[in-house]
Amino acid sequence: MHPAKSVIIFTTFSGLGFGLLFWLGIGAITPTGLSAFIWFTIAYLAAVGGLLASTFHLGRPERAIKAFSQWQTSWLSREGICAVATLLAMAVYGAGLVFFDRVLAPLGWIGALGAVATVFTTSMIYAQLKTVPRWRHWTTPALFLTLSVGGGALLGGQVTEALVLLALAAILQVYTWVTGDTRLAQSGTDMATATGLGHIGTIRAFEPPHTGTNYLMREFIHVVGRKHAQRLRVIAAVLAFVLPVVCLLLPFSHIWGALALVSHIAGVLVLRWLFFAQAEHVVGLYYGKR
Amino acid sequence: MTQLPASTAKKLGLVIDLDTCVGCHACVISCKGWNTENYGAPLSDQDAYGANPSGTFLNRVHSYEVQPEAGTAQLIHFPKSCLHCEDAPCVTVCPTGASYKRVEDGIVLVNEKDCIGCGLCAWACPYGARELDAKEGVMKKCTLCVDRIYNENLPEEDRVPACVRTCPAGARHFGDLGDAESEVSQLVAARGGFDLMPEQGTKPVNKYLPPRPKDVVPEFDVLAPFLDPVATDGKGFAHWLDKALSALPGGAK
Repeated sequence: MHPAKSVIIFTTFSGLGFGLLFWLGIGAITPTGLSAFIWFTIAYLAAVGGLLASTFHLGRPERAIKAFSQWQTSWLSREGICAVATLLAMAVYGAGLVFFDRVLAPLGWIGALGAVATVFTTSMIYAQLKTVPRWRHWTTPALFLTLSVGGGALLGGQVTEALVLLALAAILQVYTWVTGDTRLAQSGTDMATATGLGHIGTIRAFEPPHTGTNYLMREFIHVVGRKHAQRLRVIAAVLAFVLPVVCLLLPFSHIWGALALVSHIAGVLVLRWLFFAQAEHVVGLYYGKR
Repeated sequence: MTQLPASTAKKLGLVIDLDTCVGCHACVISCKGWNTENYGAPLSDQDAYGANPSGTFLNRVHSYEVQPEAGTAQLIHFPKSCLHCEDAPCVTVCPTGASYKRVEDGIVLVNEKDCIGCGLCAWACPYGARELDAKEGVMKKCTLCVDRIYNENLPEEDRVPACVRTCPAGARHFGDLGDAESEVSQLVAARGGFDLMPEQGTKPVNKYLPPRPKDVVPEFDVLAPFLDPVATDGKGFAHWLDKALSALPGGAK
């Protein structure tokens, strides 16, 4: 799959923002006044900034409002609704903290639940696709959720929780890589089922339908970046998990905390790039590629 | 509405004969022509006369080489367009309701006024049947020439999809695959028509007819296998060279 910048930025930063909103919502951090204003501004900048970035990959972003209508079948529509509902609930909860020093606990819990639901619906956009066997697995939502809540804990200064969640995310990520690499082969979809010609013999793509490229090849067949995938996996794991965990285990200082956060964000950006670049769409089989 | 209908009155679709297709791409061109001039946004091209031409097509013809265990390889031309699936995954993922499957005839269409160009339907389609138009920013797909097949302003013989009308080999057939008595259904039954990627669970309406088995080349002379075609009583330089090379270590006898 083509690793589009807008979608990588969207999933990374909105994941982080909603993760922080989760910790704010459950009352792990209950700042008031100006301090609360700063906390909520950070969370909203990440969450809303990510959502806005996602609209840049739309062909017709001016019609984006229509995407809230098909929640009965579409995970993308459900995500939009969850995101807006969470942001509204947490805005009221945040206003209570900033202006009235009041903790509207039930509203906070609803917001926290909404934040988790938003990240879950985002992950299901990918996990629902039978056409991308690597993504169609329980590890996709599990990893999205762990990274989001773990990143939120890191951003929100929840050291113990961040340590546990980042370690868990690292284990999940390694498991995802190991099992994901063979999932296309195990899916049962290959050139023989794609063309229905397997009963005759061995199939080879002899001639593509066009001399140049096309939308399908640009969108679904990403080969260039896969060359360095193994090295990038190591870099991503060090940045996203190892370095932040080491920073958190050192005696607490804001410098180590900031370094942990910056390293984690850089790592998750690389993880998301790999998430798309390494995913194989079955349509590639028609081109004899993957 | 992105909820799929439980059933459709008809299942209009195509039957494509892989035995007959000659790979001329006439269906590709007629499709591009009709669908650029008629229903919905035109199918744009980018850098059409430059070094990297690219464009939107609703129908594309692949060519595959299939090598049987014995005998020569076969070249099979393989036209591919929307299969108007019964369980169309492209429809249910659409967040705006722009994608829908018609209850009356099962055609899968895009309401371009509602399409936001998110591309998720193209991600959900295993066949590469949907292409996002780079100029219009909306998703384009085969309409089964919905603006031809019911069009009473056209002569009756033209009320079929443009690709079917234009195919010079008669490799493309159009009809109701929900009606077991229809010509296309009988053709599918007679020739063993099959689905593409059945394991994806999309239940395609369009069917493909497999290439017919190749004739076995007859033995021209029953004694031929017993004849030794290699002359062993050679003479001259070539004969000497043959013997000399064979005598070397590892030489062919």
